[in-house]
Amino acid sequence: MIVADKKPIEEIIEEIKNHEKILILGCNECVTVCEAGGKKEVGVLASALRMYFLNQGREVKIDEKTLERQCDHEYLEEIRDVMDQYDAVVSLACGVGVQFMAEKYHTTPIYPGVNTCFLGVTEKRGLWTERCQACGECILARTGGICPVSRCAKRILNGPCGGSTNGKCEINKELDCAWQLIIDRLKALNKLDDYEKLSPLKDWSTERSGGPRKVVREDVQE
Amino acid sequence: MQYPSNIKIIFVPCTGKVDVLHILRAFEKGADGVYVVGCMEGDCHFISGNFRARKRVEQTQKILDTIGIGGERAQMYNLSSGEGPRFAQFAIEMNERIRKLGPNPIKLVRKKAA
Amino acid sequence: MKTKTPSKLEKILAAGHLAVTSECGPPRGSDIEVIKEKANLIKDYVDAINITDNQTSVTRLCSLVACIQLKLMGLEPVLQMVTRDRNRIALQSDILGAASFDIHNVLCLSGDHQSFGDCPTGQNVHDIDSMQLIQTVRLMRDQGKFLGGDDIKRPPKMFVGAAANPFADPFEIRVPRLAKKIAAGVEFIQTQCIYNMEKFELWLKMAGDRGLLEKVYILAGVTPFKSAGMARYMKNRVPGIEVPDELVKRMADTPKEKQPEEGVKICIEQIQHLKEVEGVRGFHIMAIEWEEMVSEIVEKSGLYPRPGVE
Repeated sequence: MIVADKKPIEEIIEEIKNHEKILILGCNECVTVCEAGGKKEVGVLASALRMYFLNQGREVKIDEKTLERQCDHEYLEEIRDVMDQYDAVVSLACGVGVQFMAEKYHTTPIYPGVNTCFLGVTEKRGLWTERCQACGECILARTGGICPVSRCAKRILNGPCGGSTNGKCEINKELDCAWQLIIDRLKALNKLDDYEKLSPLKDWSTERSGGPRKVVREDVQE
Repeated sequence: MQYPSNIKIIFVPCTGKVDVLHILRAFEKGADGVYVVGCMEGDCHFISGNFRARKRVEQTQKILDTIGIGGERAQMYNLSSGEGPRFAQFAIEMNERIRKLGPNPIKLVRKKAA
Repeated sequence: MKTKTPSKLEKILAAGHLAVTSECGPPRGSDIEVIKEKANLIKDYVDAINITDNQTSVTRLCSLVACIQLKLMGLEPVLQMVTRDRNRIALQSDILGAASFDIHNVLCLSGDHQSFGDCPTGQNVHDIDSMQLIQTVRLMRDQGKFLGGDDIKRPPKMFVGAAANPFADPFEIRVPRLAKKIAAGVEFIQTQCIYNMEKFELWLKMAGDRGLLEKVYILAGVTPFKSAGMARYMKNRVPGIEVPDELVKRMADTPKEKQPEEGVKICIEQIQHLKEVEGVRGFHIMAIEWEEMVSEIVEKSGLYPRPGVE
């Protein structure tokens, strides 16, 4: 899922301080799972902001709502009728939701309430780690199911580099060396001979470098 | 057992049920202080409820500091269910702390606005 | 052995001599004199001089220009290229730049992560990795083609090298990794500095068992300790370097003023030992910021004078 982290309250205050009627808008999917932007986090942020402004001598209207998602038209349309009540929205959705909101309600300032971090997993509650960088051309079949693009700090395709120590990456002793993991996995799969196969140069045009991407499925379009 | 009369007690089956949001809302509604009293650490009937409560109180304290209300207004205490006198002691201590800090600042603002 | 390039280093190795290389780090400024001075200290004692490429991700004068400077002095440079800072267009471009000055040696590396250096907030590139860079140089040289497929006018004639680290983890793939680099097209290897002689010789033997030593020239890396502190630092703080306790002890047991001398002595002993080890085709002396010792090390190891080649 998309993993995000709450922005510091001070930063959000800075974004909205000149507005009087604010909607805090959460999302029920990824940001709920990583406890950054779901209904609960909306409640906490709204309460904290109300008290902050009261303390400053201003009674600012701060409403709360959480949509199922903010990346589909249908859900964003649910708030069309109430949008004119607000002069700003703080969206706790990931960067995708914030932008889609802004596209849809382009006369209302939409501010981000979280920092969108990566595509990752819940290792355990309170610990989310990166797994995928959406490079657009998945090579996991070659690497025993472990991605060197997202998990190697140098995204080396024929690793490991000379800095791998005790199975950890040279940049951080707590970070697993992706190539150590790949080698261990290939061993477990009895495929260590695959290690010597040279990985060809990657076509990065399907990744960010190639520009904003899209997927089109004409077979399901109307 | 005597404890100050300005303390409103809300019973929960376990302090693990108390969320950051509950504490913040209490302050929003005008509470001058909120304290969470849970079982001794290691004795929680539900194993780790009181540990969660402590972390949430700490989270709340940070938020209260950031927004200028003051983190000392929220506290976590631990005691065992048989320690009545200790409960009173915590109540008195909390009361003293809050008296020194003064009323919840947003109450003053609301009063002025009224 | 036949040579494939005009590289002096290749010729020396092909003739069966033990080659000696060393390295110079460019300055953190635009004063090219620094390179000239360092090169002059070592030029008669080595066959080729590596110029490091923004080593440890610390921004320095670029390797290519320093190599050109060496070439203008009539010396033999080894262009170190890391894949960290440049994409495939820039890498091919720099190779052509080097070739335009008839620089004939390139060392293909990944490069330390930028978080170690002076611009930790910068991006890294790694458009291609070090193995793919080896393939690229060979493609440009042997087929005279760019990666994109077009023909190169006056293709580079480069002797292709890479690094190997028998002391990095995991050990079990260090020889397969060497095999991979050879399959990619590498022709000479400079190893990370050796202190754990046993492990190095084991790696060499395993490589020999696979017939790899006939396909590549291995130059053993050595670095003299300047002090006991340096020995400890390298043991504990530098990834991929193994220093046996006895060596640290030997340095620590030496009185402070004599430590540099002892460090050089150890280095010379290492070289003399390695001269007899099968598969070692030369030495890469990394005397970081201590280039003045290279002459003594080379002389006392019996590697002076350096042989001449056509």
